[in-house]
Order: sequence, then structure tokens, then C-alpha cells
Amino acid sequence: MPDADYRLYLMASAAIFTIGFYSMLTQAHLLRRIMAFNVMGCGVFLLFITLAARAPGPVPDPVPHAMVLTGIVVSVCATGLALALAGRVQTVTGKTELEPGEDAGGRSGAAHHGSSA
Amino acid sequence: MIWRSFDWFLLLAIVGLGWRSLNDRDLFRAVIQFIAFGLLAAVAWVRLRAPDVALAEAAVGSGLTGALLLSALARMRRREQQAVPPRTEASE
Amino acid sequence: MIGRGVIGICSLLLMGALSWAALSLPAKPPGLAKASLDRLGESGVAHPVTAVLLNYRGYDTLLEVGVLLLALAGAWSLGRGEQPAENPQSRPLLLSLLRVLLPMLLLAAGHLLWIGAFAPGGAFQGGALLGGALVLLILGGLARRALKRERCLRAGLALGVLVFAGIAAVTMALTGGLLQYPPGAGGALILVIETAAMVSIGLALGLLYLGGQPPEGARRSLLATPPDHA
Repeated sequence: MPDADYRLYLMASAAIFTIGFYSMLTQAHLLRRIMAFNVMGCGVFLLFITLAARAPGPVPDPVPHAMVLTGIVVSVCATGLALALAGRVQTVTGKTELEPGEDAGGRSGAAHHGSSA
Repeated sequence: MIWRSFDWFLLLAIVGLGWRSLNDRDLFRAVIQFIAFGLLAAVAWVRLRAPDVALAEAAVGSGLTGALLLSALARMRRREQQAVPPRTEASE
Repeated sequence: MIGRGVIGICSLLLMGALSWAALSLPAKPPGLAKASLDRLGESGVAHPVTAVLLNYRGYDTLLEVGVLLLALAGAWSLGRGEQPAENPQSRPLLLSLLRVLLPMLLLAAGHLLWIGAFAPGGAFQGGALLGGALVLLILGGLARRALKRERCLRAGLALGVLVFAGIAAVTMALTGGLLQYPPGAGGALILVIETAAMVSIGLALGLLYLGGQPPEGARRSLLATPPDHA
């Protein structure tokens, strides 16, 4: 397998990170935000692995690989915890989306939107 | 030449799936696209000579995260349905 | 809409800045490949990534197993999760599939654990397969009785951190350095740590699927007041 063009992968990692970043800021639904966080993480991992593959020698640099492995496990833990939190938000407030200008506690600057819970 | 076009195709598919999965109307489809995104990322790790990371990404990053998202989605839909019927029953 | 446009433009600028920063890094960095390969013979394993994970940077892996336990404790403290209310006999196709898949998953997990010392594999990949097996069991409705034994679950979850921290304490007493294995015992100690970590990781990842504490578990809930079901 010949060497990959690392510049292509580096730019793709920036693109993936930016897509996750933009979606995390603009999407209102909690589940989509959690998915956007995962996509951002994937972009960062792509950057790390690409930098590891550029090392000279027969094997790629194993230290970024270990960091990415740790990162993948931590990221799935964070996703699990975030999903439990989102379920709790839905149980308490009855909503799964964050309105603009509101935090997850249900308080907003404007009048309180009626909820079904 | 073949590998260069393979790289292009793979990365375009990854970026495209990432964008679609975060902007799809239907949440179920979005989660499925996210799982596919993770699997293509695993292929990218293999291409970058990182088989350990590819194993972990395919199993945990894509498969298990997808399962967690689907289970949370099902719980969310169930809670929404439990909240709505009392009003429709009262109106009938 | 204007806010979304501003965020979009800032995101494009961010992407440009990130690409520029990544592309302007030195093209052939020395990296740590040579350093990790030089001492590979003394590390106790033959695969560089496993050596980094469990020997050179073993402390990070210890903390990571701790983070796994913390995340699960956090998810459990938010209320009871829900199990699929399935009668196992109502899905014969799933049961037949499970009969084939579950032994293969267990075998593959054990294989990955063992081969992690020589080839790509290790505790995390094996633990991921075990977690998948547990999720399949929960989906098939076959894990009800096992999920009632919450004390066993808690013991299994804590096993990874306990064994890892115990070995860290022992090595500190023996050689004076945290997770500095005595020469020659590295391979055996790594295998013990990896086995305990694999069990813990598999249990934790599978139990995260429930989204909370197992619903029919211990009488005492971790949450102080029961959650109000809408």
C-alpha cells in the first residue's frame, strides 16, 4: 500500500472538525449536538493518525495511536453520559431541544415556553 | 493513481456523510449515517496504517456509539408518545 | 439567520486556519517511533502500540479505565434505565443469530486480548467486543436475571481499576516507580492488567446501553429521590 497523500488527509480532518463545530453551535436538538461532538472528535483523531503516519521508519509513531485509542474510549463514555443527561432533561422539562437563548435548565430570557411535563 | 483516487473518494464520502448525518431531518436516518461515517473512518485508519485504531473505531466509535444513540432515540420517542396521548384521549 | 451566517463564516475561517496550521507542520517529524521501538524488547510485549498503552504510558490507561467507571457512575446516578420489554421466545430469528454470534464474539474477544501482545489487538478491542455481546444479550431479553445481580455488576465494573491500581501500588513498592514493572515480569503483569481491564470495559460499555441504573437491580437507587416519569 503506497503512502497516502497526507496533505489531503490533513485538510479533510480540518473539514470534519469544522462541520462538527458548526453543527454543534447551530443545531437545537440535543441528540444532534451529541453527534456533532462525536464528529468533532473524529476530525481530531484523523489529524493525530495522519501526523503519526508521517513519521519516518517502518512503523508509524505508536504514541498518537495510543492517544487516539484512549480518546475513542473516553469519547464513547462522554457520549453515554451525555445521552443519560439528555434523557434526564427530557424527563424533567419534557423537551428535547434547546430554544435559542435558553439553557438546558429550562430558563430563558423571554417568557417561559409551556412544556408538557 | 488508483490509491490516489481511492483516497479522494474515501475522504469525500466521509465529509459528505458527516455533513448529511448532522443535517438530516429524520433523526433515525441521521444516526444510521453516523454509523456509516464511523465505519468509513475505520477504513481511513487502515489506509493510514493504524489497524489498532481501526478495530477500536469500528467496534466502539461507530458500532457502540450508534447503538447508544439508537437506544437513546427510542427512549426519547417513547417518552414523547407517553406525554402526548392523554391530550388526544381527552379530546375524543 | 444572521447568527447562523456569522457562525458559518467563522467556521470557514476556522477551517482555513486549521488547514494552514496542519499543513505548515514539519513534513518529516522525527516522532517517537524510534524511541519506542528501541526499548521494545524490555517492555514485555512485542507490539509497539500495546507497549505504549500499558508500559510507557500505563498511567494514562489507568486514568482512562477510571474515567470509564466515572462515566458509568454518572449515568447511573441520573435514574433508572429501561430494558427492552421482550420475551426471548417472541423473536426466534434473533435467538438463532445470538446462538451463533455470542460464542464467536467471546472467542474473538479472547483472541484479541491474547494477540494484543504481538499484533494489533489488546484489551480495548476485546472489551469492545464483549460490550457488543452484552448489548446483544440485552436486546434479546436474555440478560434480565444477570442485570438483577447488581452487586456482581458493581464488582465487575470496579475490577479493572482495582487490579490496575493494585499492580501500580505493588510496582511502586517493589521498584520505586509508578507502574515500573520489575525486569522480566512485564509481560505477565500486562496480561493480568489487560484481562481485568477487558472485563471492566466490556461491562461498562454494555451497561451504558441501558441509559441508567438497571431497572430491576438493587432496592436502593443511587438517585436520592426517584425520578418523576412524565
